[in-house]
Amino acid sequence: MNKILVENGRVIDPVNALNSIAPVYIADGRILSVNAKPADFTPDSVIDASNQIVCPGFIDLSTRLREPGQSRKATIKSETRAAASAGITAMCLHPDTKPVIDTAAVAELIKELAEKADYPQIYPIAALTQKLEGTELSVMLSLKQAGCIAVGNANQPIKNLLILRRAMEYAASHDLLLIFRPNDYWLGNKGCAHEGAVATRYGLPSIPEAAETIALDQCLELAELTGCRVHFGQLSSKRAVIKLHQAIKYGMNVSADVAIHQLHLTEDDMIPFDSAYHVLPPFRSEIDKQYLHQGLANGTLTCICSDHQPHDIDAKLGAFPETEPGISALETLLPLMLKLVKQHTLTLDQGIAALTANPARILRLKSGALTSGFPADICIFDPDHAWQVNAANWKSQGINTPYWGRTLTGRVTHTLQAGRVIYSL
Amino acid sequence: MTTANIQLNADGKLKHFITIEGLSKALLTDILDTAESFVGVTDQQIKKVPLLRGKTIVNLFFENSTRTRTTFELAANRLSADVLSMSISTSSTAKGESLLDTIRNLEAMFVDMFVVRHGISGAAHFIAQHTAPHISVINAGDGQHAHPTQAMLDMFTIRQFKKDFADLRVAIIGDILHSRVARSQIQALNTLGVVEVRVIAPKTLLPAHVETLGVNVSHNLTEGLQDIDVVIMLRLQKERMTSALLPSESEYFKCFGLTESKLKLAKPDAIVMHPGPINRGVEIESRVADGPQSVILKQVSNGIAVRMAIMSMAMQPQGSPQ
Repeated sequence: MNKILVENGRVIDPVNALNSIAPVYIADGRILSVNAKPADFTPDSVIDASNQIVCPGFIDLSTRLREPGQSRKATIKSETRAAASAGITAMCLHPDTKPVIDTAAVAELIKELAEKADYPQIYPIAALTQKLEGTELSVMLSLKQAGCIAVGNANQPIKNLLILRRAMEYAASHDLLLIFRPNDYWLGNKGCAHEGAVATRYGLPSIPEAAETIALDQCLELAELTGCRVHFGQLSSKRAVIKLHQAIKYGMNVSADVAIHQLHLTEDDMIPFDSAYHVLPPFRSEIDKQYLHQGLANGTLTCICSDHQPHDIDAKLGAFPETEPGISALETLLPLMLKLVKQHTLTLDQGIAALTANPARILRLKSGALTSGFPADICIFDPDHAWQVNAANWKSQGINTPYWGRTLTGRVTHTLQAGRVIYSL
Repeated sequence: MTTANIQLNADGKLKHFITIEGLSKALLTDILDTAESFVGVTDQQIKKVPLLRGKTIVNLFFENSTRTRTTFELAANRLSADVLSMSISTSSTAKGESLLDTIRNLEAMFVDMFVVRHGISGAAHFIAQHTAPHISVINAGDGQHAHPTQAMLDMFTIRQFKKDFADLRVAIIGDILHSRVARSQIQALNTLGVVEVRVIAPKTLLPAHVETLGVNVSHNLTEGLQDIDVVIMLRLQKERMTSALLPSESEYFKCFGLTESKLKLAKPDAIVMHPGPINRGVEIESRVADGPQSVILKQVSNGIAVRMAIMSMAMQPQGSPQ
């Protein structure tokens, strides 16, 4: 098969402690070696990565591709293409498709559509409960066998804690990871904005921090009780970071991610009633944002996800509380991570680890590093390339982003998945 | 989140009237002065001025309201405009027509102004952003966000009785959490420069961080009424009891109902206001509502002049094209 040489780039691979200009040798879709030239290696193609960074492909823990069921918003084809252009080589897909990923057939359909699209690897997350209704257990084992990588209930509540307990026990029996976004249904009160000064001024139904922290506490207690492995998705508040930090210190085997936009925007950045800023969990206060930064820097939050949620125009056209929440976020993931590095919130190594090695470890994937023998999932990017977020540069079907029209810095030039170039600028 | 002000045109003149936020003291005073000039009109035998002759105004009420809609209709009539009132909840939105489709259809009928009431915060703002550029939008109440014409008629009424805002302490009592009226009143009072706005309510009826609106907070009516010049009572909706915000109407009345004896705790010349409709015996007792310090009916009649002022100002020939 094809032999590829990536040369002259700065290789950053936190797992193998690499951060230097070095060649990467690829053969048969796998990493052959970095730096040391293998004997008899004659490349079929060479990628010149001068002035660029070569790192493992990004693994996105939280995406929605809207297919099956909502292809007016996006399709697996449109979104995997966008993901490839963003350096993403693997992505987890929430189960709130239509129909829900609660049968092997739906999981297989998604795998099939993904294979046809021929872009990044897609890992469906199985519904924890049937139809995500929070009342009956899903067929988790069958779903695992059909290729689901974890279980979760997307944004749907499990109001009855006994059911959550049993679902976690059952997931633990099959060694399945639970991916859980903590949000107490009742305290959330169908809100659309952070319970703070902005929601008060504009009369928006609001979600207190406690909706997140109470659900987090409950799930931590049940993780202790059931032995279920838990990864918390999209934490948004100061107190959630503090609680998780304590749980990890206490020795619990739990992890968490944060959505990239939560690390940049707060309630004060919102333009009044602009539905591009309608996201769940909501943009919270400056203090919350600072704690999310700290949590990332001190290892409490180990992963950054895009929390990609593409929408059609109509979904965002209305009075703020009536619009659908979510941001189309694949393509801004890298530049917004690099912005954190520029602000000295993270080192570049930390930022790359949060997008590669750390999610791979949580998902138990043999990827997220440039280790010999691993699939050649590689992202090559120019950290200084400035580009405008506009129709000419955008691939996702959803243009619902607060960054529309803005100029960001950092752009992917090549994405390789299992040794195939799936994107080049 | 700060208001990029969509309400003003390039010359700083009123184009839409969506919220009090972001409007200057001078502009609010201008509205009050203009309203003053219309008071005479409403007292005349022939109650009309030709300012908006040939203009078409559509009252779009997605929420029921008899009083607000009627005063808007009367105000438009007295400005000689053609007025059409529509209650939308029962017609098009029930057929799945979107808010924007409704607006587009009406625009096609050569409308000059929309007066909008809607149950969702931000609806008037959304319509102002998406409607044709020649159309003005007046917010007649959106969700829990704003009810700026009500706030302005309240300011007008206060000015009639109290002259100078700079000496006043104003108490707003009741369901601040769900009240678009209270939010607009607080902004107007602070812009006009009162000494103090005080909100008095149990915690369940106050929004989080209410002090960020620029108010002092009290949970006790007896303490809260000290030194108050203007007492504004808010209507208590029945559903606050079923959603566990309050235990009972009678307990609410015991704590926060305005009685003659409680009113004595305010300044002797304090006036009592209420945006209506009144729940007698729930937030206010009849002897106060109908008593000598009450200006509640005055508020209603002032509503017409104030709405005439706002409508005519928003429809003034908009500055020369640049």
